[in-house]
Amino acid sequence: MDNIIEIRWHGRGGQGAKTAALLFGDAALALGKHIQAFPEYGPERMGAPVASFNRLSDKPITLHCSIHNPSIVLVLDPTLMATVDVTAGLPDDGLLIVNTSLAAKEIRGQLKLKGKKVFAVDASKISIETIGRDIPNTPMLGALIKVSNLLRFEDVIGDLENKLKKKFAHKPEVIKGNLEAVKRAYQEVAGE
Amino acid sequence: MPVVAKTGNEAMAEAMRQINPDVVAAYPITPATEIVMIFAQFVADGLVDTEYVPVESEHSAISACVGAAAAGGRVMTGTSSQGLALMYEILPIASALRLPIVMSVVNRALSGPINIHCDHSDTMGGRDFGWIQLFSENAQEAYDNVLQAIRIAEDPQVELPAMATTDGFIISHGMEGVEVMEDQAVREYIGERKAKVSVLDVDNPVTLGALDLQDYYFEHKRQVAEAMKQAAPVIVKVGKEFGKKFGREYGLFEKYHLDDAEIAIVALGSTCGTAKVVIDELRSKGIKAGMLKIRVFRPFVAEEVVKALSKVPALAVLDRSDSYNAQGGPVFTEVRSALYDLANKPKIINYIYGLGGRDITVEDIHSVFADLQKVDKKAQVNYLGVRE
Repeated sequence: MDNIIEIRWHGRGGQGAKTAALLFGDAALALGKHIQAFPEYGPERMGAPVASFNRLSDKPITLHCSIHNPSIVLVLDPTLMATVDVTAGLPDDGLLIVNTSLAAKEIRGQLKLKGKKVFAVDASKISIETIGRDIPNTPMLGALIKVSNLLRFEDVIGDLENKLKKKFAHKPEVIKGNLEAVKRAYQEVAGE
Repeated sequence: MPVVAKTGNEAMAEAMRQINPDVVAAYPITPATEIVMIFAQFVADGLVDTEYVPVESEHSAISACVGAAAAGGRVMTGTSSQGLALMYEILPIASALRLPIVMSVVNRALSGPINIHCDHSDTMGGRDFGWIQLFSENAQEAYDNVLQAIRIAEDPQVELPAMATTDGFIISHGMEGVEVMEDQAVREYIGERKAKVSVLDVDNPVTLGALDLQDYYFEHKRQVAEAMKQAAPVIVKVGKEFGKKFGREYGLFEKYHLDDAEIAIVALGSTCGTAKVVIDELRSKGIKAGMLKIRVFRPFVAEEVVKALSKVPALAVLDRSDSYNAQGGPVFTEVRSALYDLANKPKIINYIYGLGGRDITVEDIHSVFADLQKVDKKAQVNYLGVRE
């Protein structure tokens, strides 16, 4: 099991936590990894706390249980940290990536965290400036790729561009904004 | 063919698109909704020639399927949980009329209490209606099983309806890599349905579903029983051909490190994948653990199951549903009964687990194998992962 990377996404219903996990899984699959992507099973409601998950490996993955000890956690909405234990099960060398206008050090203070590595990126600001709306899931992908070092950035961008071109053939302006969002988050995400 | 990212529901809907059935009648229910939703989009986009019948309930869905299949069409539907339960009244009619309807079932708990998550109560509740039942470990198997179900159900030796099942949310909503075959290759593999009779053939009029009392009812039911017996070799043949054409061979079950196992579990569905990880861990420590993954629950192939399990000293059967019969789950009672004639019977115990979507973890399955090492001290029926 040691060679499987497990990831948990926290968001609110409607923010795209599930889509982010699916997008990341899809990109990793296209780059030759074995993957799983799944939402927290159950009914989703707009605004309610939700979670989604990824598994990544170089070998086929047969595990079909929930993920309790992810090595990476992403938080799409910083207000969740007041009510949800976002670092539950995250080991001492785990990575926490938060969409926030605060610095990583301030997030550590807020959560009174010991150990683990904290990273901050203002994904909401980036998405407003590039896509025109606060949909932080796309830029968070860029931050994840930078921090996790699991996939080559150029490969992901290439794959993403192809997929967006297919999906938004009639709305090309969406493609540029989304790609820009991923690139900016990749550059701007910062640890302590 | 390239591997693409698909959820279990997407994979099953994709299989339905490639099959291009004559008629699909369905009513949405979580977690199977997406299957019919995606398929309805295929119909709207003109990607299939199917007559799609949006009905007002699952009872109507399966009834419409019975009518369309009696007319000689290739007919499919999909459902889950209460939806399947609402079909129960019609399921034995489909098998008695020998209509090879193929249904995707996304396994989900039965109410009450109200619950939308995975267990096998719905499918197990429908196990004695003369339907073939295939279980899938993952999205790939879900896709492959839907395709094979068409061939099995329509085989002239069988002519029975079939369910291809997946585990609700765990597989239905989980995205994995799935190898999807070319449309043309799939269509060659499944061929055309050649119905022996059609209620719409006015030149050769037939009556289907007539009153059948003491005079012939029993003979017709006897034929259903015989057809179910005939289904086993057909399932093997169809699975072999599938392997030859597409590279993944299927049998009645999968043996995972079973032949030299000293302790083994019997399970079906997505749990088998998690169990493989546990077995690998135990094997790396020199513990001879193994598994029989049951793919085909109806027909229940007792002779082959006994052959596969006869040399294992201690067995645990994992049931994701309860029979509430005070003597064990449906898989356990089948397996235990099958072993009755064996001179040296294995020790065999039962675990009911995962009801209503309760997670089954690597640690849970480890605890079952640990129990098997002191099997004499265990009760016959145990509940795994429950608070009591």
